[in-house]
Amino acid sequence: MSLIENVMSAQPAPTEALLTLDKLTTHLGSETSPVRAVDEVSLNIQRGETFVLLGESGCGKSMIALSIMRLLPHSGRIVGGDIRLDGQSLRALSEAEMRSERGGRIGMIFQEPMTSLNPVMTVGEQVAEAVRLHDRESRGRIEERVVELFRAVGIPDPQRRTRDYPHQLSGGMKQRIMIAMALAGRPELLIADEPTTALDVTIQAQVLDLLKQLQRDTGMSIMLITHDLGVVAEMADRVGVMYAGQMMEINDVEGFFQNPVHPYSRKLFRSVPKAEKRHQGLDVIPGIVPSLNQAFDCCRFADRCEFAHDRCRTQLPPWRGKAQSGYRCHLAPEEVPESVAPALPTRHSQAAAGKALLDVRRLKVHFPIHKGVLRRVAGQVKAVDGVDLKIDSGCTVALVGESGCGKTTVGKAIIQLNRLTDGQILFDGDDLANVRGRRLRRLRREFQIIFQDPASSMNPRMLVEDIVAEGMIAQGIGGDRKQRRLLVERLLGQVGMQPAAADRYPHEFSGGQRQRIAIARALALEPRLIVCDEPTSALDVSVQAQVLNLLKELQAELGLSYLFITHNISVVAYLAHEVAVMYLGRIVEYGEVGKVLENPLHPYTAALLSAVPVPDPAHEREVIKLQGDMPSPIDPPTGCHFHPRCPHARAVCRERYPETIEVEPGRRVSCWLMSPQ
Amino acid sequence: MTAYIVRRMLYALPILLGVNALTFVLFFVVNSPDDMARMHLGNKRVTAEAVQAWKQEHGYEKPLLINHSAQGADMLTDTILYEKSLRLFLFDFGQSDSGRDISHDISQRMWPSLAIAVPTLLVGLAVNITFALLLAFFRASYLDFWGVVLCVAMMSISSLFYIIGGQFLVGKLLNLVPISGYDTGLHAWKFMVLPVVVGIVGSIGSGTRWYRTLFLEEIHRDYVRSARAKGLSEHWVLFRHVLRNALIPILTGVVVVLPLLFIGSLLTESFFGIPGLGSYTIDAINRQDFAIVRAMVFLGAVLYIIGLLLTDISYTMVDPRVRLD
Amino acid sequence: MAFQPVILWTDALIYLLLGLAAAMVWYTRRHEHLAAPWQRVARSRTGQAAMVVLLFYVVVGVLDTLHFNPKSGVDDQGEPIYSTEVLSLFDHIAGSLRTQREKTYSAPFATHLFSKENIEQPDGSMLRDYPRLIYGGAHLQLGDDSKLQDIALKALSGALKGGAVWLMLLIVICRANRDRLARLLGGRLRNPWHVGAWTAFGLALLLGALWELSAFYHVLGTDKVGEGVFFQSLKSIRTGLVIGTLTTLVMLPAAILLGIMAGYFRGWVDDVIQYLYTTLNSIPGVLLIAAAVLMMQIYMSNHEDDFNSVTERADLRLLFLCLILGVTSWTSLCRLLRGEALKLKELEYVQAARAFGVGNFRILLRHVLPNVMHIVLITIVLDFSGLVLAEAVLSYINIGVDPATNSWGNMINGARLELAREPVVWWSLLAAFVFMFTLVLAANLFSDVVRDAFDPRLRQQR
Repeated sequence: MSLIENVMSAQPAPTEALLTLDKLTTHLGSETSPVRAVDEVSLNIQRGETFVLLGESGCGKSMIALSIMRLLPHSGRIVGGDIRLDGQSLRALSEAEMRSERGGRIGMIFQEPMTSLNPVMTVGEQVAEAVRLHDRESRGRIEERVVELFRAVGIPDPQRRTRDYPHQLSGGMKQRIMIAMALAGRPELLIADEPTTALDVTIQAQVLDLLKQLQRDTGMSIMLITHDLGVVAEMADRVGVMYAGQMMEINDVEGFFQNPVHPYSRKLFRSVPKAEKRHQGLDVIPGIVPSLNQAFDCCRFADRCEFAHDRCRTQLPPWRGKAQSGYRCHLAPEEVPESVAPALPTRHSQAAAGKALLDVRRLKVHFPIHKGVLRRVAGQVKAVDGVDLKIDSGCTVALVGESGCGKTTVGKAIIQLNRLTDGQILFDGDDLANVRGRRLRRLRREFQIIFQDPASSMNPRMLVEDIVAEGMIAQGIGGDRKQRRLLVERLLGQVGMQPAAADRYPHEFSGGQRQRIAIARALALEPRLIVCDEPTSALDVSVQAQVLNLLKELQAELGLSYLFITHNISVVAYLAHEVAVMYLGRIVEYGEVGKVLENPLHPYTAALLSAVPVPDPAHEREVIKLQGDMPSPIDPPTGCHFHPRCPHARAVCRERYPETIEVEPGRRVSCWLMSPQ
Repeated sequence: MTAYIVRRMLYALPILLGVNALTFVLFFVVNSPDDMARMHLGNKRVTAEAVQAWKQEHGYEKPLLINHSAQGADMLTDTILYEKSLRLFLFDFGQSDSGRDISHDISQRMWPSLAIAVPTLLVGLAVNITFALLLAFFRASYLDFWGVVLCVAMMSISSLFYIIGGQFLVGKLLNLVPISGYDTGLHAWKFMVLPVVVGIVGSIGSGTRWYRTLFLEEIHRDYVRSARAKGLSEHWVLFRHVLRNALIPILTGVVVVLPLLFIGSLLTESFFGIPGLGSYTIDAINRQDFAIVRAMVFLGAVLYIIGLLLTDISYTMVDPRVRLD
Repeated sequence: MAFQPVILWTDALIYLLLGLAAAMVWYTRRHEHLAAPWQRVARSRTGQAAMVVLLFYVVVGVLDTLHFNPKSGVDDQGEPIYSTEVLSLFDHIAGSLRTQREKTYSAPFATHLFSKENIEQPDGSMLRDYPRLIYGGAHLQLGDDSKLQDIALKALSGALKGGAVWLMLLIVICRANRDRLARLLGGRLRNPWHVGAWTAFGLALLLGALWELSAFYHVLGTDKVGEGVFFQSLKSIRTGLVIGTLTTLVMLPAAILLGIMAGYFRGWVDDVIQYLYTTLNSIPGVLLIAAAVLMMQIYMSNHEDDFNSVTERADLRLLFLCLILGVTSWTSLCRLLRGEALKLKELEYVQAARAFGVGNFRILLRHVLPNVMHIVLITIVLDFSGLVLAEAVLSYINIGVDPATNSWGNMINGARLELAREPVVWWSLLAAFVFMFTLVLAANLFSDVVRDAFDPRLRQQR
């Protein structure tokens, strides 16, 4: 491939780092009270290496990337420090010179492939623009070069795809196009800003794999920005940990995973949910990230650090070590003791084979598609197509699957926010499908829901008190105003909030706190079942730990049942008792969580699990690569829905949907491989 | 696509029926034909015979909804509802109250209307887009700031003053072109210049400001950032990426008014003495010629619905994401 | 009592509007998240200046709304008799401005009429010349060439008086605290109140000068029947404000209710409401207004006896115009709200409320309505200037307000016919232009500020 040779041959001996940041400082907002988004960050990236910037939301990691590219938002500006690419200061370049660097020596891809492409221009033309600009050698053979790039990023049928518009491609494909665009200028450095966060885990595995392969082929350096420790382990040569605009620790990946130095790094590791931690609480980082519109004269992590002492609160911590690896802390690593994870109340016990609280049978939710002159029903989106599910009281059942598999629709149908097309939802003996009006309204006390996005799950114009009390008023319980107020305060206490929170508005709280309030709201009616619809996927990992701990405590205390809808396997491993894996509207595998995760029987479950990056660089895993994307539920494949992507597909898989087989008590699989014939 | 268009046309029927019913109520129920006759004849001291004669002459003597004196289908058709209202569906506009054939008048008068309205729209569009692009390119600079201030000031001036000012300045002080009037054929141009220029100048304020907002909205989108990350220059980003996306709402906003151009502008035409449909309507209003007003209301509604349909179709042409079915 | 209060239809609605505004202010002050966007408005310099100008217009409009019948005498029993003439508090304040009428046109600051007439000389002979005005410059000696000097002096003294009033007002606002006053004028407060204060200063000087001068001259000339153009322009303010605000007020309930219902319930409710507004929208606005106004004219001319006075008839016509303008303008807001309700319905807090078993009506009231109110407010403010401009155009086509009502549209309409005259009668046009332009410009600037402050989408971009 000409792509490879060019860059390889142009490579000089690695004397200086490819990219050096020297005390880069970037401010946002007004001059008078700036937000110090990036505060004296120094790092360097060697040729051919992958440097991962790790940090939680708002820590300034994206601003570093945009500062390098000189693509800061209008209110942003670099106020100090230097950026050197191959020894040359990028800050000294004129705008025109900078343009030839952008997309030339430095390529960049973004988090949201959905919105990052121009919707009214063919993807081929968008890549061609970059080729025309930066690739002199390909002049006169632009089209060929575009097809070549498409092929390099693994787009099937590249010739034809160049004429497609972005909306005709899936998210993974769009991200590949973005990568092709970044590669057009044969970059020496590729900046990837959370390139897989918006993608499903099987697609994430494909994209990460592609990046690694491209790096091997071209020898470019990659600066990868992520919040996911699994991605770090998968990709990084070296890691930089950011916190509140500052670099806290830089280390090579082995060192970082074996022996993280900074207390913050350690905490991050300990707050990741895992199967092994099932019977203990997760470590949490108390408090919230400090506001960045102040100048710090102390350690900005001190307020949340359990080892902080006086010096931490009065002096700026120095950078210890070299630019290659080091950390910013007053304490030496040996001074930081191992902390102990909080214990969980252990009263929890699985209800012994009692009557199921919830029994969903052959649930179908179809959305009609209207077509033609008379708007006749021309087809059905089979969002949920025959789902069986049982939840015992005091149990957590996780519903796992990629976006578009119908898992949220199942949750909404169960709590009667969606009308079901067919099937039964037996809740403690009542068939919810047949209950309407007043009786349904009364029954609603028994099952509640917690949503994914804490920002939109509460009316911004209502006080927290009214939000929490809303259900009580609707159900006519909780007594008069005064008694309700007491109940609200008790509920807030139960989720670890101050009673005074009742008199404030939701926007005054952080994401994690808002999710607590949402839980208090759901608890207000003393439900027996709570549907948790991705309740932690919008949260940072340390905050996620707080919410997961809370959910576990409440279950032990109140005997709640959860239907936990998620795509995050590690949360499932930590929290769930049983797991159901969904693919295209149907459950393909069901069973006890330990057995399913350790020994997946369905090829889709196996592929899904293998694609999850494990936060351990030593972990050798074999990713089962799936071809293509999940098909549309309007027109599912004949036979087994999974057969077009299945590595083990046989003739029979193309013809008939497999029966559900109970391989052992409580373990069901729908796959021809498991079938006795 | 075809199915969509057919469905939309079917959907238009109840709307036109609604418009028809509304005008019927307005013109014949709120005030009876007797009231109209009395007003035309000069209100006070009008004899019943005179009223009857006037109604006879203009075809308003029939019953409103059901003609009990007629037989069979005529019971329904020999009524004002059918003769004066439902006939409109056949584009049979009948006669004006002064006895002229409305359909003929319309076919004659739409051409001067178009001659003024089309250049005003197209040149105005070009001018506004140019100015808006200029402001968007220099966004957050002094040029942008004062440009917007000028736009706001210009849109705070009543269109009446643009017309009066234009006539006064160009026609009276500078004596460049005639103030008002119209001519057939190629000689019409000197009568067209002033109304067109005034129309364009009057639209600059709001047009430029609105388009600028559209451009700025696009400039903040993610794909523009990716375009810049490719190393594209700012004007390339603006022309190739932002303009094409912002043109979608602009063009579709223009398409919806295209059919209505036939009707012309009431104000401009009456001020400049253009014998188009706009001044036709104004004259009808001033003479209280209801037959014409009714016809124009119906025609306007039909054209509006056509405009909506054209908008949808034009979306499919400029936006690859939109498909009709 | 020296007068008998009169409440016309539009007066009642204005009182309702003022009441609503007061209630809104009271409610907003107690809710911090509602007050926050207004804080942003107050923090804008443009907003401050525009608010002061608008405030002046509103004060004149409200003064002109307090109507009464003056006492004209006493009957045999000593009971007062009230004239049928309807005056407003503003008429009363304006005093001589209203009553000092000339015969016909005269230019601003003129001492003579605009056209020649036959004047009878003391010796009985007839002379064709420009006759002396009855009031305009009557204090000047004939042949006196000190007119300019006189004007300058009077303007200066008026401006000084205006400035004094301004200072007194500020002292009252600052509760006679010198330090507070200095900080206010020096712009050392958190909000740029000084911009508002200095705008008010300019306005006070200008008005003071004009007021002083108008006692001796017709500062903006007189119209065809000799009425002062300055007075007409001021009287037109109320008409402009009524059209700009009441139109929105009357269409608001329908637009809000139907809009959010269509978006929230979907199904046949949505179909019916969409049909309704598409139908109304498909009729070109001017034509619908024309048709409705024509019908109303016929109705009124056929039922003349139903109206007590010309004032009342003109008032009803004004109200009707607001109604019909409202009918043509509610559709766009309705569509906007429908779209927003569609989005809100899918939001998680509405879903959560449904999961609690909260009733639909309560969801609309508690969750949907409060979260579309910013759109309603932005629309009200944005529509205002358009409606003021529309009034002028409609009056010009004779389908606007009653010819007896003072309005800028009627002023333009009257003056337009005299444009062909040589020399041109320009002052009515200029006056209408200046008054309208100032109001609409202030409203446009204010609406920009309000939109920036209230639209969450715009704020994110900054």
